[in-house]
Amino acid sequence: MKSLLCLAFAAAAFAAPADAAEYAGLPGGVFASVLPADANNADVKVAPFRLRREPVTNAEFLVFVKAHPEWRRDRIASVFAEPRYLAQWTAVDVLGTEAKPDQPVTQVSWFAAQAFCASEGARLPSWSEWEFAAAADATRADARSDPAWRAAILNWYAQPSTQPLAHVGGAANVYGVRNLHGLIWEWVDDFNALLVASDSRDQNDPDRLRFCGAGALNLRDRDNYAVLMRIALLSSLKAANTTANLGFRCAKDGAGDGR
Amino acid sequence: MKLSFVLLTLAVTLALGMTGCSRSGANSADGPATTTAAAGSQHGDFGPPQGEPIHAVLTSPPQVPPPTHRDKPAKVIVDLEVIEKEMPISEGVTYTFWTFGGTVPGSFIRVRQGDTVELHLKNNPNNKMPHNIDLHGVTGPGGGAASTFTAPGHESQFTFKALNQGIYVYHCATAPVGMHVANGMYGLILVEPPEGLPAVDHEYYVMQGDFYTTGKYREKGLQPFDMERAIDEKPTYVLFNGSEGALTGDKALAAKTNETVRLFVGNGGPNLVSSFHVIGEIFDRVQQEGGTHPQENVQTTLIPAGGAAIVQFHTEVPGSYVLVDHSIFRAFNKGALAILKVDGPENKAIYSGKEVDSVYLGDRSNPNLAAVTHATSAATKGNLTLEDQIKAGQQLFTGTCSVCHQATGEGLPGVFPPLAKSSLIAEDPKRTVQILLHGLNGKVVVNGKEYNSVMPPMSQLNDDEMANILTFVLNSWGNPGGRITTDEVAKARTTPASPAPAGEH
Repeated sequence: MKSLLCLAFAAAAFAAPADAAEYAGLPGGVFASVLPADANNADVKVAPFRLRREPVTNAEFLVFVKAHPEWRRDRIASVFAEPRYLAQWTAVDVLGTEAKPDQPVTQVSWFAAQAFCASEGARLPSWSEWEFAAAADATRADARSDPAWRAAILNWYAQPSTQPLAHVGGAANVYGVRNLHGLIWEWVDDFNALLVASDSRDQNDPDRLRFCGAGALNLRDRDNYAVLMRIALLSSLKAANTTANLGFRCAKDGAGDGR
Repeated sequence: MKLSFVLLTLAVTLALGMTGCSRSGANSADGPATTTAAAGSQHGDFGPPQGEPIHAVLTSPPQVPPPTHRDKPAKVIVDLEVIEKEMPISEGVTYTFWTFGGTVPGSFIRVRQGDTVELHLKNNPNNKMPHNIDLHGVTGPGGGAASTFTAPGHESQFTFKALNQGIYVYHCATAPVGMHVANGMYGLILVEPPEGLPAVDHEYYVMQGDFYTTGKYREKGLQPFDMERAIDEKPTYVLFNGSEGALTGDKALAAKTNETVRLFVGNGGPNLVSSFHVIGEIFDRVQQEGGTHPQENVQTTLIPAGGAAIVQFHTEVPGSYVLVDHSIFRAFNKGALAILKVDGPENKAIYSGKEVDSVYLGDRSNPNLAAVTHATSAATKGNLTLEDQIKAGQQLFTGTCSVCHQATGEGLPGVFPPLAKSSLIAEDPKRTVQILLHGLNGKVVVNGKEYNSVMPPMSQLNDDEMANILTFVLNSWGNPGGRITTDEVAKARTTPASPAPAGEH
């Protein structure tokens, strides 16, 4: 009886964030990723997809955790998240003073992020999708050759992370997506397939061809270290890891209608 | 002869199955050169660690941990935490440094050859970036980099045996490597020879690095990293120990006279090599590139990026000794400057201080300036005549004034006023002193003609020279005569420029 009630509650909650979250439609296309598709520096094909306009917030994740208590920090299986998971919340289901409702949720594992996205009928974006969306600025789909685009990213790296995170929002890019740069790192679905070597310097290692793609060894735009640093961060992670600056947003297949 | 000695030592060592602690030859005060038996990685394994594990003493620069004083290989645990933090790089200027242990350079690590080092790399949970460590003192791929790639809020561990003695750089090798290094992620690890280093009075830790900011040198505020400048290898700052003033003033290195100072000097780069020099000292011995065999009596030692040296010298004379990168604009325009303050009694037998400050005329003493030399000499003796002054002034006039006013004193019509039969001079001969000292700018009327141009101050001339030139002019070309003395010029020089009288007459 009790479990049935829970289930019903969960089902109700399931619908709520799906309605709340806004997704932007992105056209996709052939895209010059910093991680080429193959050893010949081929472009990456990105199918049309939808992407959450903003990262998932503490408030949204709290709703999710209440609906799915198995993802509470006291109940989550240790293989799914390390002990620091949601440690910034005052209690297992209370945000408290340190974690503001409209701040992006951080200290979440890849498993938890994936479960959240599934709960709103979505998934984590692939690296290519994320990179495609993040190449834009307010007026252009691909602003990466503009030094100002890069400078904005680097400026974030130069800020020590001793201040509380800002809340989500701010200027949208040409697709209507916000906070891709300058706020947090974000999980992507294939974070562990980016293959930045843990020692980035062994570019001509004879072993390299043993790995499919060997992506990191062939970063084709070495000047684009601003993006490279995000890949380096993702490469350093395991799926149960959490960090104070790492959150996520969700994606869906197809162009859709932006919802 | 020496080679056969080495081979013999080696043979004996092998025959006895000794795995280290060979003190043969180490009793000489300048001993490390004779530790050849233990040189090279093939001879640096003294077997498994003995005794309880030891936690390494780590120090912040410029301090160096005490000697290990061990004669057996040990297991040494090193706990190194990576901290990203905003710190001053210059007065009123801050930078977000990435550090090993919260300082630039990072904590100094000291172990003994043959030690088994268990290194724990902790990436502070508040950090944004993943980091790792490559120690040049490690034998193995990547120097530990791949084994220590660590996300924020995590810890990695790997173990290596320190097979080679020497002073080694360690640094972060996470992509983009240059940026991690440019942000201050480097330090030194000393692998002592088995017998230790000879005792000295002071050991200090100094490490150079180049820094690239978007703002100019000393531009205030938090300065972000500038990748373009880094790629172009054009640093804004070149620093010892991570900030301007890290080793000056109250923070200067200290020693007394008659002491031996050993500096462990590293260069983190990322780009520049250092021409390391201590102004006023000669390095008695340098282990160049951190190698075992010392060079002696060295003025300046080259320290490659990603390299280090051990330099040693003995202090004799008190005073401030300035450590510089002798690529000298870096020292005076980019910050590569530190001070070693040596206290103690003067030693005049070795260094007198200034004994004589006298006139040196150098190439002025050639025949065609003989009159100038004569006048200067006469002035010193106090028997300078008007004739001496006029002769000297004529020669100086030729070199300094005749280009504009012409050798005839006629000037150039409409451009440079005449000095010959000059109405301006006749009106107020003493005003010529002011004109020579401060120049003349704007309209003047001389002999009824208007001139409007610029005469720069002739402040390169000394008081003697000015007095002689003016005396020459006053006594030439129909001018009223008279005399300007050195004292008059000297007095005028110390008073501010008087407002020029109206030029129109």
